[in-house]
Amino acid sequence: MQKITRENLINKAIELLDNGTVSRVLGWKIGEFAYDVTPAVFTTKEDLQKDFIFDDFCNANFSKYLIAETRKAEEKVLVFLKPCDTYSFNQLLTEHRFSREKVYAVGIPCEGMLDIGKIKALAGEGIIDVIPGEGSITVKNLYEEEKTLAYGDVLTERCLSCKSKKHVVYDELMGEEGDVIDSNRFDEVEKIEKMSADERFAFWQSQLSKCIRCNACRDICPACTCEKCVFDNPKSSVNNKAISDSFEEKMFHIIRAFHVAGRCTDCGECSRVCPQGIPLHLLNRKFIKDINSFYGDYQAGQEEGSRAPLINYTFDDLEPGEAVGRGV
Amino acid sequence: MQRIGVFVCWCGSNIAGTVDVKAVAEALRSEPGVVFSTDYQYMCSQAGQEIIKEAIKEHKLTGVVVCSCSPRMHEATFRKTAQAAGLNPYMVEIANIREQCSWIHKDMETGTQKAIILGRAAVAKVNLNAPLIPGQTPVTKRALVIGGGIAGIQTALDIAEAGFPVDIVEKKPTIGGKMAQIDKTFPTLDCAACILTPKMVDVAQNENIRIFSYSEVQEVKGFVGNFNVKIKKKARFVKEDVCTGCGICTEKCPQKKVPNEFNLGMDNRRAVYIPFAQAVPKVATIDADYCTMLKTGKCGLCAKVCTAGAIDYTQKDEIIEEQYGAIVAATGFNPISLDKFDEYAYNQSKDVITSLEFERLTNAAGPTAGKLLRPSDGKHPHTIVFVQCVGSRCAACADKGKEYCSKICCMYTAKHAMLTRDKYPDTDVYVFYIDVRTPGKNFDEFYRRAVEEYGVHYIKGMVGKVSPQGDKLMVQASDLLANKQLHIEADLVVLAAAIEPDKSARSIATMLTASMDTNDFFTEAHPKLRPVESPTAGVFLSGTCQGPKDIPETVSQASAAAAKVIGLLAKDKLTSNPCVAHADELMCNGCSSCANVCPYGAISYIDKEFRMPNRTTAIRRVASVNPAVCQGCGACTVACPSGAMDLNGFESAQIIAEVDAICR
Repeated sequence: MQKITRENLINKAIELLDNGTVSRVLGWKIGEFAYDVTPAVFTTKEDLQKDFIFDDFCNANFSKYLIAETRKAEEKVLVFLKPCDTYSFNQLLTEHRFSREKVYAVGIPCEGMLDIGKIKALAGEGIIDVIPGEGSITVKNLYEEEKTLAYGDVLTERCLSCKSKKHVVYDELMGEEGDVIDSNRFDEVEKIEKMSADERFAFWQSQLSKCIRCNACRDICPACTCEKCVFDNPKSSVNNKAISDSFEEKMFHIIRAFHVAGRCTDCGECSRVCPQGIPLHLLNRKFIKDINSFYGDYQAGQEEGSRAPLINYTFDDLEPGEAVGRGV
Repeated sequence: MQRIGVFVCWCGSNIAGTVDVKAVAEALRSEPGVVFSTDYQYMCSQAGQEIIKEAIKEHKLTGVVVCSCSPRMHEATFRKTAQAAGLNPYMVEIANIREQCSWIHKDMETGTQKAIILGRAAVAKVNLNAPLIPGQTPVTKRALVIGGGIAGIQTALDIAEAGFPVDIVEKKPTIGGKMAQIDKTFPTLDCAACILTPKMVDVAQNENIRIFSYSEVQEVKGFVGNFNVKIKKKARFVKEDVCTGCGICTEKCPQKKVPNEFNLGMDNRRAVYIPFAQAVPKVATIDADYCTMLKTGKCGLCAKVCTAGAIDYTQKDEIIEEQYGAIVAATGFNPISLDKFDEYAYNQSKDVITSLEFERLTNAAGPTAGKLLRPSDGKHPHTIVFVQCVGSRCAACADKGKEYCSKICCMYTAKHAMLTRDKYPDTDVYVFYIDVRTPGKNFDEFYRRAVEEYGVHYIKGMVGKVSPQGDKLMVQASDLLANKQLHIEADLVVLAAAIEPDKSARSIATMLTASMDTNDFFTEAHPKLRPVESPTAGVFLSGTCQGPKDIPETVSQASAAAAKVIGLLAKDKLTSNPCVAHADELMCNGCSSCANVCPYGAISYIDKEFRMPNRTTAIRRVASVNPAVCQGCGACTVACPSGAMDLNGFESAQIIAEVDAICR
């Protein structure tokens, strides 16, 4: 299989800009450091050639950016989507958050993205370059030292339990189609379920008390796309529940998990961007696991227009009392 | 700031017995917004209402909290009172300190404390209340009756008589229900068919009634006055408007081995059949499970013999959509399955039968042409044992039986015993009972006749075991009055199986959003004062779907339900509930979660232009609620991720204020 490179993507983008299919390109832009990749909108060939990047740090899921971007102009916008991004894309379409006609989606393969936090923990600070190799990466630092790290040790948490290499939606696919993976993503949830109530409370207390309420998890989350977030709305009566004392601070994450329940595609962006390293995705995964066991397997975003179990009703739905009885 | 008056009711000693009402009034006086607080023996009385009216005027109240019984009892009363004094009725809140407080607490201190908390929550809510003005909705002047037994028939006839169109949906090929299977009726011993079939004919001939037989209700949307119902008319492979009911096909059909459900499987019918001679509509039905033509494509005999050309093997299920103003549930009952009652050997011997099977065995149109013969060998039984309460009043056997009394068994067993002795005086008849319950006009006299005139052996005690031995049934039982064990060699054992609601009732209740009890009987709005209405507006209850009943009771309830329906359909407009949902367009994401959960289909979407930052505009999809269709259930408000949906009179802020007040 031919590897999809930065040049392939730039050529594709230029081709689509030139033939007028799209007027803007949503892509990754090189930052100050090699690992410091930012989402950006490109409109010219020159900008693309200068700043467009595609490497192991292109973590960002662009689906949510499309809401704002599609409102800016009538012409289509080109977006590159990794397999897991396509689930968020579909979920947003299901929720009518942007118009499908205004997007040209190109599916690109993904072998897993890297976690700079893990790299720094293993290789130290002062990193100036990360060079990918076969099954490992070479890290260069300011002091002209080199360190080789195994790929598996530096993959992001979400990529380690990747649920799918299959694109569920695209206009065009670059590279080969992958498969849905039978991942072990609920193992961690089961571990927490096995704790006693006190242990579990202590676990989450220690995690959530790290929160600095920077709102990064909410701002990145492709399910958190409300025009006005309930936490920013003094009339919602929810915002003041999450600010008045340290316990209520924790409620922010619990309330947020409830808000995205049934809509979360498990993309893992929340945990990826958390500066405090709180495993927020585990809260969402617990909901996904419970929904699966109560109502049958459901993957948000797998199919555009699907009715999530929580906003659907069938005659054989379990009674609320049964759910309480089975809850852990 | 509101000016709130608090009125604490004693309800005689109902509340004052366990709640210190004076302390409650005193405590609530210092709540934010409260300017007046008092207590009185009966707030709902004329004098009590005057206190409220005067206080509204004297203290210029803008809100009222009444601490009293459940809002289901007197919310309407107090709203009217406030309105009479010039206040918007929706500025009244009820704190339920009776059902939810005084009645469930024994200790004065706890009761008082809880009453204060409940009152505090109501005050917190009223502080955020806003005046609401109800609208009006039109009424579709047509009724739907689900079930075509005697209950459905009577309800439909009464509604039609008043001049309103009625549709009956019956899942079987004919109306008539259980009563059509019964031989004689207690206590007068009229022949059931003789009194039922004229009514069936009346239904067929009434211009205001349409019968959808062999049909099922598939979907119900809408609300009181405006139900939208989808009815599935199952393919019967016979054109109803062409078939003359001559019955030639039912005689010529070569498939003769189909268990005849009308005779409870005690004989066979053909694959094309008319359930019984007086069926309405008198139209044949092809049973797709047995018809050779439909299964293999070979046969077609019925089509050949049908002179009318009514047979149509290509017929498909049809969906009929219709609007109704009111819906009556008349889904009826069935005897319970006796599979789990091994002690009575029902599954081991053909000569152990249920009472309904006994009805068919003694019916002139039944499998034995009315001669009482044993199903096993066709011989006349000389000793018959009737067992009462099989699965009824069975608290200890809840896994297989029912806790309740099925109500009709004592009387029909007396009838069976009496008729057997009358027709076959050489037969010994035993009846085993726990109690004989005969409340009803001429009922006890009837039972006494069975014992005294006809010499039926009534034995207080239960049958422990029935074991088939040769062609006999050995019945082992206890006689509690004589305190001894009995062993009876019987030829036939008849089990008075408990009755339960028809299995279809649960799914129908779900479609109607009508509530049911733990036994799947429909719940009435009030057990004494609104016994034929479901708590769901526009849904009425007729017959045994609401609880065990005999025929006279069923017919009276059916007529009562009809009277309620007529009262509703006679109105041109209904006052709508102003407590409906509304979307804040600025916050709405257009995600459709609310529309997905709305049981009434009240939410639609519009594309609207909005001002966005930096002097831009954007077209956004936003929810719009049709207030005439919304029933204020509030499902949308919890499904909405952004909090854009809110419910008038039950705004999230109000609910949270109540919770905060309780947790304070």
